[in-house]
Amino acid sequence: MSPPFDAKPANPVRLAFEATPRDDSVIVNIGPSHPATHGTIQVIAELDGEKIRQVDVHCGYLHRGFEKECEAHTWHNLIPYVDRLNYCSGLINNFAYCEAVEKLMGVQITPRCRYLRTLLSEYSRIADHLTCIAASLMELGAMTAFLYLVMIRDYVYEHLADLTGARVTYTYGRIGGLARDLPKNWLTRLDEILVKYEDFVGRIHGLMDRNRIFIDRTRNVGVISAVDAVNWGFTGPVLRSTGVPRDLRKDTPYLAYDALDFEVPVGINGDNYDRYYVRMREMDESVYMIRQLMDMLPPGPINVDDRRCVLPEKHLVYSEIESLINHFKLIMDGPQVPAGDVYSAQEAPNGELGFYLVSAGDGTPHKVHVRSPSFVHMGGLKRLLEGYQLADIIPTFGSINMIGGECDR
Amino acid sequence: MAARILELLQQRIAPAIREASLAHGVVVLVLSPVDLLGTVRRLKAEFGFDMFLDVTAVDWPAQSPRFEVVHHFYSTTHRVRVRLKTRVPAEDPTVDSLVSLYGSACFMERECHDMYGIVFRGNPDLRPILLYEGFVGHPLRKDYPKQQEQPLVPYRTPQAG
Repeated sequence: MSPPFDAKPANPVRLAFEATPRDDSVIVNIGPSHPATHGTIQVIAELDGEKIRQVDVHCGYLHRGFEKECEAHTWHNLIPYVDRLNYCSGLINNFAYCEAVEKLMGVQITPRCRYLRTLLSEYSRIADHLTCIAASLMELGAMTAFLYLVMIRDYVYEHLADLTGARVTYTYGRIGGLARDLPKNWLTRLDEILVKYEDFVGRIHGLMDRNRIFIDRTRNVGVISAVDAVNWGFTGPVLRSTGVPRDLRKDTPYLAYDALDFEVPVGINGDNYDRYYVRMREMDESVYMIRQLMDMLPPGPINVDDRRCVLPEKHLVYSEIESLINHFKLIMDGPQVPAGDVYSAQEAPNGELGFYLVSAGDGTPHKVHVRSPSFVHMGGLKRLLEGYQLADIIPTFGSINMIGGECDR
Repeated sequence: MAARILELLQQRIAPAIREASLAHGVVVLVLSPVDLLGTVRRLKAEFGFDMFLDVTAVDWPAQSPRFEVVHHFYSTTHRVRVRLKTRVPAEDPTVDSLVSLYGSACFMERECHDMYGIVFRGNPDLRPILLYEGFVGHPLRKDYPKQQEQPLVPYRTPQAG
């Protein structure tokens, strides 16, 4: 089935336009592995001097057959895979996937789990936005801002490692609950980190917001109108930067978001500066939400009492035959999910992260499809790049926050 | 809100719909492939479904027609999602493209074409996006083996001696 090898390997990419379309234009290839882009992506640009006439964006260099692999594993076994979609906020991927399976199974999670998932989602969102802002500022030369932000991010990562055992790929969600409850004094440390966060993000505002160089590079660069953004399927901060207050947490509240008080920050211009600012404000809202959740966190179990999906406690597995069989069946056959399909979406840091799951009624999925915001954003990236300067590719691409793991699956 | 939209859809575009239901808060419409483009045009113009979220396919090798093409739309005004399902046979897996209505359709249809070989009539750019030029087959079809390898350059074999 595989193609015969030629003497010279074929180009894996076919150009969208002629190699030399006009006499005065030059074709420049950027990527797929370029030091100034944090993500494996290829941009083929036709330049008129420094100005971009048209671009052809190629992704897929991180494609690893995620959806194919999912069809060969039980529903539980996929949880470590979904971590690796958006590896800046693995927890939100976990929870979005688990929620989709729970909808299909008709499982209602416990109140403590609901609030804890909400809290951790917002905590992840902060980490994700910190990464995005830090990287895009560093690409514009702001090394101090990068170090401040990444320092806070590492406090968050270490704090999450204390809870989940891993810095980035947490595998903390479970169908019907969570892996474990909070360790002792976790919330106290959370409070300390939030105070540090406010200090350092205040410094970023001071360094960047009215910085001439930063404004010159970002204001009126990569502009998109609200109508275009909707037409190109943009969601998340990219859409909100154009002034559309669309946020799934407000529009179709899930988890515990309907019990929280928060605002949806929107931009005016839909340019790089607005995307930066919307993300900064969203982090503040997340901190505000986390503070509310810390007070609201109800006591009680974190897992539902449902033997179809939740593993029995270890001491029971070792002492009674029913639990042993239950454990065995859940591990070997997987949770039996009723036949049907479901589309469930959550507001991930980059936009709408949707899982379309199809079950044929057994322990492995028939199909798992991820509606990843990054992939859709890559489809509209050319709208943001064309007409601007070659050097604007870097800040514009940075402000989209494309995550290869999620885009290419 | 979703129930109200479902009711309206059933009243107004009834002949095109084979089945209509509400599943997990999403309006689900089953259509035949010929009605797809017309229905989507009306969904966008009359019901405010301005955002094209996703297109994918589901492979049911034992059933006929074999592929189920699944579209998802969202209305930013009504905050409702709608799912359209159409069935296409393996011999001619063709549906109409939505690039004339939504910009986001281009990349998503390219991906679906890569993975399932669904042909989107009217999409001028169905080059591989997640796969590469020259890839043989459609990996998410159930008859594509999971372990299948298609290296672009031959593997090096250790030299004897």
